Amino acid sequence: MLEKTGLASQALIEGCFPKKERLIKGPVAIVECFQKIPCNPCATSCKRGAMKAFEDINDLPIIDHENCNGCGVCVYSCPGLAIMVVDDQYSESHVSFKIPYEFIPLPEKGQWVQALDRAGQVIDLVEVLQVLNSPAMDRTPLVKVAVKKQDMKIFRNIKVVK
Amino acid sequence: MKKVEVLVIGGGPAGLCAALSAGASGAEVLLVERSHGLGGQLSKQTHMFFGSEKQYAGMRGIDILSKLLTDLESLSNVTIKTQTTVLSIYEDGVITMMSQGSYEKVQPDRVIVATGASEKSLGFINNDLPGIYGAGAVQTLMNIHGVKPGSRVLMVGAGNIGLIVSYQLMQAGVEVVAILDAAQKIGGYLVHASKIRRMGVPILTGHTVVKAHGETCVEQATIASLDEKWQVITGSETTIDVDSICISVGLSPLSELLFQAGCRMKMVPVFGGFVPLRDDSLKTSIDQIYIAGDVGGVEEASSAMVEGHLAGICAARSIGKVHEKFQELYMDYQDQLRALRSGHSGDHIRQGMKKVSLEVTVC
Repeated sequence: MLEKTGLASQALIEGCFPKKERLIKGPVAIVECFQKIPCNPCATSCKRGAMKAFEDINDLPIIDHENCNGCGVCVYSCPGLAIMVVDDQYSESHVSFKIPYEFIPLPEKGQWVQALDRAGQVIDLVEVLQVLNSPAMDRTPLVKVAVKKQDMKIFRNIKVVK
Repeated sequence: MKKVEVLVIGGGPAGLCAALSAGASGAEVLLVERSHGLGGQLSKQTHMFFGSEKQYAGMRGIDILSKLLTDLESLSNVTIKTQTTVLSIYEDGVITMMSQGSYEKVQPDRVIVATGASEKSLGFINNDLPGIYGAGAVQTLMNIHGVKPGSRVLMVGAGNIGLIVSYQLMQAGVEVVAILDAAQKIGGYLVHASKIRRMGVPILTGHTVVKAHGETCVEQATIASLDEKWQVITGSETTIDVDSICISVGLSPLSELLFQAGCRMKMVPVFGGFVPLRDDSLKTSIDQIYIAGDVGGVEEASSAMVEGHLAGICAARSIGKVHEKFQELYMDYQDQLRALRSGHSGDHIRQGMKKVSLEVTVC
């Protein structure tokens, strides 16, 4: 399915999330990279050694969720924009997501934007909590949004609506 | 007659790296580029590169270009001429070129041909209507000239170029209606496909465009499903409103100069067309002529840069200009190429390489 449509199966997606015991400890990176391609910035950018060092440049990333603190460096370092950070502890009802967003206009804090699933379908309206766009991010800003808990494994993108 | 030690033809990623490495080896280098600006594809690549740090992974193509140009500035033995088109390579080693309006001749000791590749076209009814572009043209318009190519685009081809250009079109505020690919599977990296899919763009594998409609420019496109043998399934046609069709169905090496020079050539479909046979140092069947980048087989810019460095140090060495770290660099470049081509996405490259090795063919 992924190879035909670009859409990963829900089983593949579920496999990217850590167990509940880790999720409730706070922010953690979710890596959706399913194809061996010659690419390793996720591993070389991780300062904590949470992303296992590659033996071969075509290795798939292996993340040790216990060592990951959800800092987000790998999110803007990944050339495939395949990583995001989820924080299960944002609130009782919502998780927060930090996703890479390379479009203009950038949303602003407090703005409501459309939440999209992996097929680009609108699933909800969500509030922007923060927009990070430092020089180190090299024009791949991170947008942090609050998403309903039940949408945690469905949410993947945002669209800024005028 | 003007003499030069190493002439590099083409100022894209491969040619720039070839000039850098031949220059760093101590050779007098002349780099010629037919366009106004240097960089070739790098100058339009606003996305982050794959690969490893050695090939500037994580950096954007445009920034890699700036870095290479800065590095070149520090080499006083490298001369660069833009708007200079090589016309022919003669048997006696004389090379003629049209340089900014004047006809010139050069006699180099070594030539590194890094002319790259050109886009393939696609046959369908009315494919000459205005509004039908190659993906490269779309990238040039948008990312170099700041011109929007259209407002509703149909992308034909789901290889890396088709996927990346689709993403860049959306970044420019252009709607991408769909991405088609005749193959049953997406050819480009799946992370690129997924990031476009989640923008809501359908990727239709096993589909092609069969007809463009419009009086003076494209107004609609008829697309259709293909069977496993790439034949149109009757009755599957649908017509959609678009004002542009962007063709990204592969590249073909620009190897005419090598043909003319008399290099031994071979048709290798996985490399996009006729390519020269070469040895491990990227030397062709003619001792004075080396190659680097897509002209030797269509690949990624990462491997083109490594090949450029490799051809640069090897061509310089063959005239006695040996880089002080030659052995170390040589092994490193070979290792980098092996690594870049080692995964599943390099299967076809490794397959092609077996067919173009000079050693093997000579035996």
